Amino acid sequence: MIEVLIVFIKIVCALVWLLTLTLCLTWVERKESAVIQDRIGANRASIFGIRIIGLFQPFADAIKMIFKEDFVPAFSRKFLHTLAPFLSFFFVAVTISAIPFGDSLRVGARTISLQVLDINVGLLFILAMLSLGIYGIIISGWASNNKFSLIGGLRGTAQLISYEVALGLSLIGLIMVYPSLRLSSIVHYQGELLFGFLPKWGIFLQPLGFIVFFFAALAETKRVPFDLPEGESEIIGFFTEYSGLKWGLFMMTDFMEVIIVSTLLTTFFFGGWQVPWLAADGFNFPWGGEWLLPHAVVVLFQVAAFNIKVFFFCWLQILIRWTYPRFRYDQVMDLGWKLLVPLSLVNIVGTGILMTI
Amino acid sequence: MIKALGYFIEIIRGSVITARHFVVNMFFHILKVLGIKTKRKGAVTIQYPEQKKELASRHRSLHRLTTRDDGKPRCVACMLCATVCPSECIYVEAAEDPDPEIQKYPAKFIIDLSRCCFCGFCVEACPEDAIRMDTGYIELSKYSLQELTYDLDKLIG
Repeated sequence: MIEVLIVFIKIVCALVWLLTLTLCLTWVERKESAVIQDRIGANRASIFGIRIIGLFQPFADAIKMIFKEDFVPAFSRKFLHTLAPFLSFFFVAVTISAIPFGDSLRVGARTISLQVLDINVGLLFILAMLSLGIYGIIISGWASNNKFSLIGGLRGTAQLISYEVALGLSLIGLIMVYPSLRLSSIVHYQGELLFGFLPKWGIFLQPLGFIVFFFAALAETKRVPFDLPEGESEIIGFFTEYSGLKWGLFMMTDFMEVIIVSTLLTTFFFGGWQVPWLAADGFNFPWGGEWLLPHAVVVLFQVAAFNIKVFFFCWLQILIRWTYPRFRYDQVMDLGWKLLVPLSLVNIVGTGILMTI
Repeated sequence: MIKALGYFIEIIRGSVITARHFVVNMFFHILKVLGIKTKRKGAVTIQYPEQKKELASRHRSLHRLTTRDDGKPRCVACMLCATVCPSECIYVEAAEDPDPEIQKYPAKFIIDLSRCCFCGFCVEACPEDAIRMDTGYIELSKYSLQELTYDLDKLIG
């Protein structure tokens, strides 16, 4: 009974973390773009005249979206039209269950791992769920029964499938180095030291894999340098026929993908919840120093480190989104098939050679 | 390959520029939050309704009619402004003034601001310096067309 309760609490915590961060990210995106462009950004939303630098903006957006008319075109396929945003949302939201937020927490005699599900094929599970997210796009394009939406959906599908290849291949080198598909053990392996001082993070062992994964993951989020499926302003995208909360679900999916990609980058290449030189009982510095810490503080450090890394990558992705113009369609395909896929293959071969010698 | 590498370096430089803007602006924003006054601001934005920009001395804002010493309008109803007005938004109705020096005065002087394009031709055409556009009042959005029809009382007052 208590086991079920613990799992339930973990699910709720992970979802709340994800959705809160998503809400905040809509605000962060506006503010960060404004700061980059020497503006101030959304700061007017207020409750009773109190406006904490516009932090109420996401709630204002949510209220607006709830009260908007949920318009379903007469010519659309109604059931699929309704189903598509939910599919798209679900497959992204479910990936959070495999992400390790921290090492295990000891409460009395019980050990609780700070991860909803420690699946032994966690990596494959995440890749599979990210691939299934394509269904949301293609179904929404198809069910809108609008030629522009359909073409947008097709563009999206082509892009996501192409980059799925590079995404998967770039992680093979990582699996060779950390011989496990279980995310918690991948993170555990990254706690070891290289040459006695450098943490054994993926970025140091797999720099090429990191670059390929980063670009492919950026393409997976469908945001600006790769926003061909969506194409807000010029080329019409797959959610043209959506309004109100259903459109909001698509938008939230975008932001959630940013967070998921950040968590994946953190988990695979930046040591997940590992703090450099922090062992289970405190810091063991390579120059000989030691700083013993109680268990709760260590766990707090780990969760904080994970969050900071994730926030940094969210920041980086928003920076990229507000810096670069959109790729042309053939450029996207060239980058995917002619550069990233060969590079990931080179990475696999190189990793293999280096591991044998 | 080398060409592609060059592009790649330029791409990185692009993001360094935006990152630099972010860091520098955030630095000044944080200084402002901490209450430290700096000459440079984190953003170039003017927070309009609370914070207003000083209008240029030649800025053409809402019209006003100048008056003589006794409080009557200087306008002699010569119709030059109404003639020159490209959007035909000025309506003047003349009446006879008992003073032979003045001869005519405007019984009605109506400017329909919903049509006015603020070109300032009326000011230039006026031989008596009776109409000016120097009130500095620029918030001319109203809920009805009637509120935008300015007559003699409103233009003098």
